[in-house]
Amino acid sequence: MTQPTGTCPNCGAKIVFRWSSSVQTVCEYCKSILICTNVDLQKVGEVADLPPDSSPIQIGTEGSYNHKGFVAIGRIIYEYAQGNWNEWHLMMHDGTSAWLSDAQDEYAVSFAAPGRKMPEAGQCRVGQRFSWDNQEYAVTTITNAHYRGVQGELPFQYWDKEDVLFVDLRTETGKFATLDYSDEKPALYLGEMVEFEDLALKNLRSFEGWS
Amino acid sequence: MSVGPTPPPKLQVKALNCPGCGASLTVRSFGNAVTIVCDSCHSILDAKDPSLQILQNFKVATDKARPLIPLGTRGKIRGTDYEVIGFQRRTIHVDGLPYSWHEYVLFNPYKGFRYLTEYEGHWNDVSILKALPTVNAYKSPPTVTYLGETYKHFQTAMAGTSYVLGEFPWQVRVGETAEVTDYISPPRVLSSERTGKEVTWSMGEYMSGADLWKTFRLPGDPPQPVGVYENQPSPMKGDVQNVWMVFGALLLALVVLLIGFDVSAQNKQIFTGSYKYDSRQRGEASFVTNDFELTGHTSNVEVETSTDLDNHWIYLNYALINEDTGQAFDFGREVSYYHGYDSDGSWSEGGPNDTVAVPSVPAGRYYLRVEPEGDPGYGVTYYNVTVKRDVPQYSFYGIALLALLAPAILLTWRSISFEHMRWAESDHAPISSGGDDDDD
Repeated sequence: MTQPTGTCPNCGAKIVFRWSSSVQTVCEYCKSILICTNVDLQKVGEVADLPPDSSPIQIGTEGSYNHKGFVAIGRIIYEYAQGNWNEWHLMMHDGTSAWLSDAQDEYAVSFAAPGRKMPEAGQCRVGQRFSWDNQEYAVTTITNAHYRGVQGELPFQYWDKEDVLFVDLRTETGKFATLDYSDEKPALYLGEMVEFEDLALKNLRSFEGWS
Repeated sequence: MSVGPTPPPKLQVKALNCPGCGASLTVRSFGNAVTIVCDSCHSILDAKDPSLQILQNFKVATDKARPLIPLGTRGKIRGTDYEVIGFQRRTIHVDGLPYSWHEYVLFNPYKGFRYLTEYEGHWNDVSILKALPTVNAYKSPPTVTYLGETYKHFQTAMAGTSYVLGEFPWQVRVGETAEVTDYISPPRVLSSERTGKEVTWSMGEYMSGADLWKTFRLPGDPPQPVGVYENQPSPMKGDVQNVWMVFGALLLALVVLLIGFDVSAQNKQIFTGSYKYDSRQRGEASFVTNDFELTGHTSNVEVETSTDLDNHWIYLNYALINEDTGQAFDFGREVSYYHGYDSDGSWSEGGPNDTVAVPSVPAGRYYLRVEPEGDPGYGVTYYNVTVKRDVPQYSFYGIALLALLAPAILLTWRSISFEHMRWAESDHAPISSGGDDDDD
């Protein structure tokens, strides 16, 4: 499989895409945020220095979920009251994309679930219940977060954000849902909480004093 | 894999200085620390701020709490290494009295956070739940179900943070409160912590201090646990079930035995005779009965004495004698019957009849030698002697039943009193809690 390539319009570095459906990437050299157009790559912004974070995951981390391999190819970093959390963009080996959220080493894998009915941003309260795909979810956390930056490849354009609102929901069986109100059109992601060891992750970051 | 020009650096433990007093601080949880507490001046610092802005200063009461497991200590819990990075004391008030427990924040850079709690020598290994328990609030007391297991409501209280040390993955402040509700299914406890915006569920599992001292390689001994803790497993729990199962099995065996002997017993009257004893007559009162045949296997012989005694007594020396071998079974029976009226009404003592079983009598031809004795002034007593062969003896079964029942009842009672002590500390304490138990 040949990977799509391009040239950074800002610094001329070669940009190699791991995933053919990527819509946005960040130049690893000059940190320019680049949008894929039909013709070429267009610079829309620049990523300031990413905040120090301590996710054990990095771009290139591989693992498996439901017997399907994946590799982390991008991420969005948010800041909230408890620090940072990462939404890692996963390229599954079957060509689909998924998200691995890492908030203080609590992990959840989720998939975009378009076309479902969603509540308005201000409507959710903790404990309130919503149903999607015959599964009832209860609101556990309402998070006011702050967009801090992006890295790598994403399946949509995502930059120039400010304050964003997330509503997390869970079920009695460990399923997980997120309502993402960061865009004009809210988005729903459905998935489940996962154990670190179940993801069989490789190519992780290392920590001083820990092997 | 393409390598960028700036690969993410290896994460390093940071050493910082407290802006309040200049003391050195170690950040052990890398970027996860949200607040860090200076041990020297008790400033709570914003770990996310490069200049470590002071968020709060707290006064330390005279009973300054020290973690029993020092910060920076590592140990393995469920196969994963964890380092103690934070410590807090939390206090609830019940009936105006403060109760405090300690919480230790444990960290592993890959697996995240885990907690240990300690209350008067009782430890729990606590982790945050990934799924949501089902609350059955309409039940009394309310219960929650999690992974098929039902937990009973134990206590709901407002818990305030009264002391902090080290680093925390959340915004910690001294004085902040959360509503903590515990549901128990020993050795586990499910806890919900509710603040305005969030409900967090965690599960604790009771742990022995000795195990922790071993894994964290701590010197000395852990503190002795005081009393019974909410989710402390009852040392009798499995035993009570077992002892009743064993009791049931033995009871069944006993019943089978009883029915077997009852059905197979001859229970046959062999001999009966009517006699008269005049205590005023001098001379030899003893006599022998006609002989009779005892058949079957070696078994008991029951000798029944029925008299017309009234406010008097008679003593009978019996000998059951084998005619062929001369083997004798000697036994004496006192029969006495007294009754009357006094200020409490009628009373009676003893009875006019007596029954005795002579065990293990072989088959053969036998006769009885009878020697009555009595008060020389009394006079005539009429009495019947009846001999029965192979009579089922029920008293043996009664004694066996009691012998089997005793350990089962003792264990059950101990188990009940353990549960009583457990629930006495809950919101559902029996009304007499704290007072003395009922007198007899």
